[in-house]
Amino acid sequence: MQNSSAIELKGITKRFGKVVANDSINLEIRRGEILSLLGENGSGKTTLMNMLSGIYQPDEGQIYADGKQISITSPKDAFSYGIGMIHQHYHLVDVFTAAQNIILGLSEEKLDIKNTNEKVKEICSKYGFDINPTMKVYDMSVSQKQTVEIVKVLYRGADILILDEPTAVLTPQETEKLFDVLRNMKKDGKAIVIITHKLAEVMAISDKVAVLRKGKYIGTVNTAETNPQKLTDMMVGHSVTLNIDRPKYDNVKERIVINGLTCLDQEGITKLNNVSFTAYGGEILGVAGIAGSGQKELLECMTGLYPIKSGSIKYIPPEEDKEIELVGLTPKKIRSLGVGMAFVPEDRLGMGLVGSMGMTNNMMLRSWKSGKTPFVNKKAPEALAKKIWDDLEVVTPSTSFPVRRMSGGNIQKVLVGREIAAMPNVLLTAYAVRGLDINTSYTIYNLLTEQKMKGVAVVYIGEELDVLLELCDRILVLCGGEVSGIVDARNTTKEEIGLMMTSIGSKEAK
Amino acid sequence: MSAEVKKAPLIRLAKKDAMDPKKAWAIRVGSILFALILGCIPILITGNNPITAYIVILQGSLGKTFYFKQTIKLAIPLLGTALAIAPCFKMRFWNIGAEGQITAGAIGASFFAIYFAKSMPHVLLLIVMMAAAALIGGIWAMIPGYFKAKYNTNETLFTLMMNYIAIGIVAWLQGGPWEGRKGTQQIPLFDKNAYLPTVFGIHIGWIIVLVLVILVHIYMNYTKQGYEVAVIGDSVNTARYAGMNVGWIMVRTMLVSGAICGIVGFILVSGQNKTITSNVADGVGFTAITVAWLGHLNAFAMIAISLILAILEMGSSYLQQVLGVPSAISEIVSGILLFCMLGCEFFINYQMIFRSKKEVKA
Repeated sequence: MQNSSAIELKGITKRFGKVVANDSINLEIRRGEILSLLGENGSGKTTLMNMLSGIYQPDEGQIYADGKQISITSPKDAFSYGIGMIHQHYHLVDVFTAAQNIILGLSEEKLDIKNTNEKVKEICSKYGFDINPTMKVYDMSVSQKQTVEIVKVLYRGADILILDEPTAVLTPQETEKLFDVLRNMKKDGKAIVIITHKLAEVMAISDKVAVLRKGKYIGTVNTAETNPQKLTDMMVGHSVTLNIDRPKYDNVKERIVINGLTCLDQEGITKLNNVSFTAYGGEILGVAGIAGSGQKELLECMTGLYPIKSGSIKYIPPEEDKEIELVGLTPKKIRSLGVGMAFVPEDRLGMGLVGSMGMTNNMMLRSWKSGKTPFVNKKAPEALAKKIWDDLEVVTPSTSFPVRRMSGGNIQKVLVGREIAAMPNVLLTAYAVRGLDINTSYTIYNLLTEQKMKGVAVVYIGEELDVLLELCDRILVLCGGEVSGIVDARNTTKEEIGLMMTSIGSKEAK
Repeated sequence: MSAEVKKAPLIRLAKKDAMDPKKAWAIRVGSILFALILGCIPILITGNNPITAYIVILQGSLGKTFYFKQTIKLAIPLLGTALAIAPCFKMRFWNIGAEGQITAGAIGASFFAIYFAKSMPHVLLLIVMMAAAALIGGIWAMIPGYFKAKYNTNETLFTLMMNYIAIGIVAWLQGGPWEGRKGTQQIPLFDKNAYLPTVFGIHIGWIIVLVLVILVHIYMNYTKQGYEVAVIGDSVNTARYAGMNVGWIMVRTMLVSGAICGIVGFILVSGQNKTITSNVADGVGFTAITVAWLGHLNAFAMIAISLILAILEMGSSYLQQVLGVPSAISEIVSGILLFCMLGCEFFINYQMIFRSKKEVKA
């Protein structure tokens, strides 16, 4: 059995509407081996593995188990082939004990909890888990919950284990412990896949690395024959010249000065840690980083939408007459103080626009308060909608056609058009060209550059390094909520940024 | 290859992109017709002629002036309450406490009807009763709104529980401070001074709700507040992004909603029942949810829906009297109708894809 092929994927393609999440992927999972599935967020790792665990079914391609073609249509099917997946978010019943959770849903099992406890203990000692079967889940730490999930899968007889970002919530010590267990399982001849984007861990634990990029299969390499730099290159790809026009604005001025910005999410996990930088009027400041490194929180802090723990955000108007401290202000207050801030959020329909409304009503998101009567003024927004419709060539049957039903590019034109029409002094954009076609992307680049040349401070959070390198003047790199550096976009390389994005890797798990 | 893979599901469901509104309404009307055909089956089983039965239902609800008036009287509180909860539902705030808000409003109106009937002129008394009803109903609704905004409590449970408190208060008043003759457990009929006047033989509640239809329509579609409600209903994050104070807007919308419910309570005690009992709302608060949804939160569409439901209710009791069809059978027919009307939304929003037809979207 040692090192024989357990699962083979051939030409797997999965589409969600127009989005191709996986584009004819080939992958081989072998017994007695740990395979890392590496790729940036959104590269299709989880989707691919969900097809093995029976959550999705592929649109095209075949899956082979021990050389025979199979079809996995449910998690139950997956278990019958010995495939078990440990998801990023655990599915445990809080008020049940570990053992109760483990046998949950096993219909053939007679509810003999003593027997289960024994069996669970057996599995634990075999692989070096540390878990008490009679402990209630609500008393457990995150790492213990994860252990229960893993034991649950083993209890069901899985010998192909898939772990989705298993270390994301673990401390370094817990990670080490998990890796020991994984090594024990590997010795036992199990096939293990871990989904991750942390290079340090890939190097530490895996035998082979398969890299995905934007839904495409890039290749599989032996860990021993590669290094973080090579893997980064595979992950981010080779430089492509895009020929984005990048004029220089002469009269750059400080516009936003951020000092020691720290914020926590609802669970108390640090999202931004002591972030300091200055954004200048007349430049595009790019922000690079693996998804989830604090980009979203950064912009939301600046617009008053995210609770800030400490630090300061100073806004210096073009007149330079007075500085305004933005920390502690509500979005409403920020607007009423005349801070010219425009924000193109990542979640276009969930935050920037109202999907069920047409262009006109969406224009009103900025102006609905205007006028003294209790009634909304639809004339000005209607005019603005028509102007954007013409200027940006938005394809829509009318200004009342729900924006949700427009194509992604047109939705973004509506959003960016509205934000620019507000004549901002600061323009914050998050993933402004995600999912857009080439032409629309260039329209957006040009709009941003136009704003820059008007002296606007533009912040561009991007995921494509090629674009960041050609569009921006400076690039700030975030890693795990910290600034790992700010570089001149004209004098840097993709490799340099790629490494900065992953360099504080050891600090990530906190 | 993929066609060979065994166990591919026979029918898959996919969200439909969009449907022409005209076609959507055609499907909705079609679903009513389909329901009427389907409804023949239980009537046939009981050995009656379905056509006759349907005619009897119409006769019993619209056939005579008296029946017609009764039907309208049934429709008034349904329509009023549906209008009240429409803004909440637009905001995706699941207010299922209309029952309690109606009752709370009814208490407010009854207070003035009982203690001030003799000391106030007719018109002033009615205005005061209505204002008190709106105020108490509004406050009753505002409480769960406040807790939702402040502590993110579950509004569904909270509003539901508030119903029982309001009903309990009336039950206490009935047996205690407001009890008429001792031991009756009844609150006596109001003084005539506290009755709503009639127009065309029906108390003017019908005019009040028709005015409310227009007001709610304007509120939801042409005011800043209505805009805020719509934005929050679509996405709370967008509302925050636009600088809206989501918590306050929730509280305010509940105030408006509760106030309208309170007015319905006033109409019920002053126009319909001429007194207050603990079951003054009598399920209207729940049936109105159906009315609001079937009307797609459109104020004008709700007029038609509330009438249809009132016709069914009136007609079915007549059906029992005339043909001896058990009222349970009429309820089954009503159930089929509601099921089809709600179920047709599925076909408007989803399409079925069969196995053989492999669609490839690029």
